[in-house]
Amino acid sequence: MRENPRPQRTSLRRARTITASVVLASLALSACAGDQSALDPAGPFAQAPHDLIIPVAIIAAVVFVLVQGLIIFSVVKFRTRRDDDGSLPVQTHGNTRLEIVWTVVPAVILAVIAVPTVQGIFEQMGEPDGDVLTVEVIGHRWWFEYYYPDYDIYTANEMAIPTDTPVRLEMTAADLARSPDQGVIHSFWVPRLAGKQDVVPGQTTYLNIEASEPDRYLGMCAEYCGLSHANMRIRIEAMEPADFDAWVEGQTTPADVPDDGTLAADGRALYHDLDGRQACATCHQVWEGEADRAPQQGPDLTHLMSREEFAGAIHELDEETLRAWLEDPNSLKPMQYEVNGIGMPDLDLTDEELDALVAYLLTLDPDA
Amino acid sequence: MASSTVETKGFKGRPKGESGLSAWITTTDHKKIGIMYFVTVLVFFFLGGAESGVIRAQLAQAEMDLVTAEIYNQVFTMHGITMVFLVVMPLSAAFFNYLVPLMIGARDVAFPRLNAFSYWVYLFGGIFLYSSFFLGGAPSGGWTGYAPLASDAVSNMAFYAVGLNILGVSSLAAAVNFIVTILNMRAPGMTFMRMPVFVWMSLVTNFLLLFALPPIAVALFMLNADTVVGAQFFEPASGGDPILWQHLFWLFGHPEVYIMILPAMGIVSEILPTGSRKPLFGYAAVVFAGAAIGFIGFGVWAHHMFTSAIGPVARSAFALTTMFIAVPTGIKIFNWVFTMWGGKLRFHTPMLFSIGFVSMFTIGGLSGVTHAIVPHNAQQHDTYYVVAHFHYVLFGGALFGLIAGIYYWFPKVTGKLMDEKLGKVHFWTWLLGFNLTFGPMHMSGLLGQPRRTAVLPGELGGTVELYNLLSTLGVVVLIGSALVFLFNLIRSIKAGQAAGDDPWDARTLEWITPSPTPSHNFDAIPTVTHRDEFWHRKYAEDDAGKVVRVPAGASEDHDTDHEGEHIHMPDPSYWPLVQTLGVFPLGYGLVYLNFWLIGIGVLWMVIGLYGWIIEPLAEGDDDEPEDAHTPTGAAAAAH
Amino acid sequence: MGVDHRKLGMWAFLGSEFLFFGGFVTAYLLYLESTAGGVGVEVFDIPFTSISSFVLLMSSLTMVLAHHAHTRGDLRRMRLWILATAGQGMVFLGGQVYEFNVFYREGLVLTDSPFASAFYVLTGFHGVHVFIGILMLLSIFVFSLIGKIKPNQHLKTEMIGLYWHFVDIIWVVIFTVVYLIPEIAVL
Repeated sequence: MRENPRPQRTSLRRARTITASVVLASLALSACAGDQSALDPAGPFAQAPHDLIIPVAIIAAVVFVLVQGLIIFSVVKFRTRRDDDGSLPVQTHGNTRLEIVWTVVPAVILAVIAVPTVQGIFEQMGEPDGDVLTVEVIGHRWWFEYYYPDYDIYTANEMAIPTDTPVRLEMTAADLARSPDQGVIHSFWVPRLAGKQDVVPGQTTYLNIEASEPDRYLGMCAEYCGLSHANMRIRIEAMEPADFDAWVEGQTTPADVPDDGTLAADGRALYHDLDGRQACATCHQVWEGEADRAPQQGPDLTHLMSREEFAGAIHELDEETLRAWLEDPNSLKPMQYEVNGIGMPDLDLTDEELDALVAYLLTLDPDA
Repeated sequence: MASSTVETKGFKGRPKGESGLSAWITTTDHKKIGIMYFVTVLVFFFLGGAESGVIRAQLAQAEMDLVTAEIYNQVFTMHGITMVFLVVMPLSAAFFNYLVPLMIGARDVAFPRLNAFSYWVYLFGGIFLYSSFFLGGAPSGGWTGYAPLASDAVSNMAFYAVGLNILGVSSLAAAVNFIVTILNMRAPGMTFMRMPVFVWMSLVTNFLLLFALPPIAVALFMLNADTVVGAQFFEPASGGDPILWQHLFWLFGHPEVYIMILPAMGIVSEILPTGSRKPLFGYAAVVFAGAAIGFIGFGVWAHHMFTSAIGPVARSAFALTTMFIAVPTGIKIFNWVFTMWGGKLRFHTPMLFSIGFVSMFTIGGLSGVTHAIVPHNAQQHDTYYVVAHFHYVLFGGALFGLIAGIYYWFPKVTGKLMDEKLGKVHFWTWLLGFNLTFGPMHMSGLLGQPRRTAVLPGELGGTVELYNLLSTLGVVVLIGSALVFLFNLIRSIKAGQAAGDDPWDARTLEWITPSPTPSHNFDAIPTVTHRDEFWHRKYAEDDAGKVVRVPAGASEDHDTDHEGEHIHMPDPSYWPLVQTLGVFPLGYGLVYLNFWLIGIGVLWMVIGLYGWIIEPLAEGDDDEPEDAHTPTGAAAAAH
Repeated sequence: MGVDHRKLGMWAFLGSEFLFFGGFVTAYLLYLESTAGGVGVEVFDIPFTSISSFVLLMSSLTMVLAHHAHTRGDLRRMRLWILATAGQGMVFLGGQVYEFNVFYREGLVLTDSPFASAFYVLTGFHGVHVFIGILMLLSIFVFSLIGKIKPNQHLKTEMIGLYWHFVDIIWVVIFTVVYLIPEIAVL
């Protein structure tokens, strides 16, 4: 080890070039990232961790190139040559000074990284300043329910928020008529707006999100929660504050009751009484202006058609898919109603019943 | 069944004979047990590999439905359980078994029959777990078994709770065994600081097992009680705390990572010096770094829970410990690299895999440090970025190191070399397939792909789809590569080139004995005067300070004086196998809460235990007198 | 080193066991108030459990005497003390069975609350350990009767003693943490 590792320096210089190109490449990739990319933050709560990880990634890239460079260099330089005389190399046992260097240097680097990390943790978990919108999130198997306590709005899968407003999510998990009895752990994750936070039955966890631009931000449940974990999607519809106010207006209007004699009115009757089979109203709610708007086991349907997607936001909400869903829900999304009562049951609906129910559900739209 | 003409002390006759099926199933020879571990691991490795094939096939394209979500969830759960508990851990145990006694100059482990017991419990635990596929479906709650999903009957996690506890018994018995073996049975002169690094890492690993297994045993018993009896440990409705499971699980689960990686680190620390023809750079630093990793490894568990329901103070504390543990890891990596520095490297297959280990493990280590950046961890956690990370640690790390060990010690076990050409094909395809599979996952994770989804959501976009396709292609390469390895293994066993006793110009004691190793290991227990004892018997410095080879045979330890002398070895025994069969009724009894089965299982094992106790360790021993135990040295090795 | 394999092995095993009980004790403390509206620590009968705890503690003394007799090669006296130890263990176990019955009738049901689950599983596992200890004691008793245990094999008694003392110490912890401290806190 006495010889000065000169070649190391050249490899270091090479390292810098490679690092730069690696970082550039990842930036290029983030530019074409999808709607669910953690590399493309769209709000302050996603931006802060992003700004923290980039320098760390660069340091990691440097270390990567250094170590791999050393390995490759050693492999090339110290290979046994064809004309080797068979003698043994110098038998070094170690070098205390070098070893101290590679103990202390990483320790110092890590100590430097640690400071903003700890700061970031407290910032990330603290309550945001200013005008905060609170939304309660309830993770169900396998859909997210949202409740706006300020407006008494229930909705599912798709959450509307105003732009440039910090949103504080108060989250818990529940199943079966909102009892934590069979609730399991989920994780709320919309990468472009914030990192994820687990949603735990029997406890409340918090997450801050904020969107800088109006857009539809995609997310997914990120903690394995059983059969249809893959089908538990999140949509954040960020809109200008004025649009958000209009949305609130629509959502706080009771659902219309269809006129007597129409197909939709038949549907509404079936919704409440399915002739011995479990009626929709046992698990869903369509709020028609009653005093209290009580949450149910299944998603609130009051303004169903104001949402673009359904069934854990894996399907477009249109007449055809809605009909297919009512006919055989498990074919659109695997559920376990027969086994443990989780999900939508197969109700054995006749064609006429299907027509009526779909007609009724299609009327549930505040803009109609 | 062999009958015996000698009067025996046990309930029934003792098995005799050195070969044949009964010699294997009744063996108490640490080498045979090591080989049995290895063969069993190979079977489970291909099962776990097939499961990963199913996973990658399903995710090759977006929105595929090759298998149902139900099957997919069972398959990924079993893949994790298999690779962790039935492949990497027992493969390390295979190496402990075969090598530790040889490396410390002993003739067997401290408790030979307990050793056989460990193996049988492992085998039966594995069979028990896999039997769930035929009994209403395999566990599907993920290998981390997060409650309360795991305590929901639909997840079939009773098999997981009981099966892992069975495997835990195996590991606990082995841990006690190897700790005592290493502390008590070192050859004269084999001080701690002369122990091969592999032995050191075995010691640390087994201490980790000793202290990491209780928390998961506790958690599994609770889960078992919840699922089967209806206890309320993790039921939020009555005030149970699901986070308790996570703490207990990861209190085991993080040391577990080091349980899996440290043996591989030990193996690489043996192979790199041999392949570089110079001693390990900074032996003491490597040893202490290993011990430090083991120690700090108990203080980082909550970094698996950074997005769970824990507060900012806990998150900060565990971020710091997690960063801290990177330091000893870094020390090791640099010491390995500088072991090669200035050497004369020979790129035989074990060396290639060892270098591959250092290189790939570094990547896993670096992505590990990024996890400690807690605010951003919230983006990485439970995504394919994490899947990439831990495969770089456990596949690129542990498995590369263990495979290096297979190639390296194959000649020790069989007396034959594995084919070098096929070995190199294996290495390069393995390296390519591995990086092709897991490299892209870093990106697909950051681009928003969560782990454990039964379909690849199309909405993640074309880039993510492309990365997934690459990963699947990588698995295809890996499967081909694994088959090359298997072919090489079988062919080399049948018709490998004769290796001689010291094919690598090795450094440690196990190569002093002829290959394959005779059943009593050493004709005479060696006296150790150096670290790398064997190397120092082969080489000496001449007057000019140049290293020269000692004339062949001058120091070989085939001491003829001892030939014909009676070497006292433990006899084979039926009892470990017989007793262990009781885990089946006991296990199924605990899954189905059948007190008859539980009773039969317990009774069976107790009776087996008495058979074991009454039978002396070796025939002719009248249950050895107490005072004959001199723990260190030749006499001890015989027990 | 100088420690016999089996003794060292037993120490290692007991170290592991210590953490095993540590896990359950932690869970119990966590769930001290998670009674789901049902019965909690008030169900404990401290005087009763104190007596059975005292019996178990005393059995450690007879265990020491058994080992001492064995080291002197006095198998007859060793057997006597071994029987006394096992007997006290059985008294303790009987007390536990009785206690469980009473608690159950007073509404502390394993499946009702995390508190009940934690209590029964922790003390139950301890009971299983005592039971195994009694089996070992009776075994060595019988083996020494039929001549399987020789006067010079006192290590065997010592090993059982190690285990037995461990089980006792664990009970001291359990009795303090599970019964006494919460009771005092409640009062």
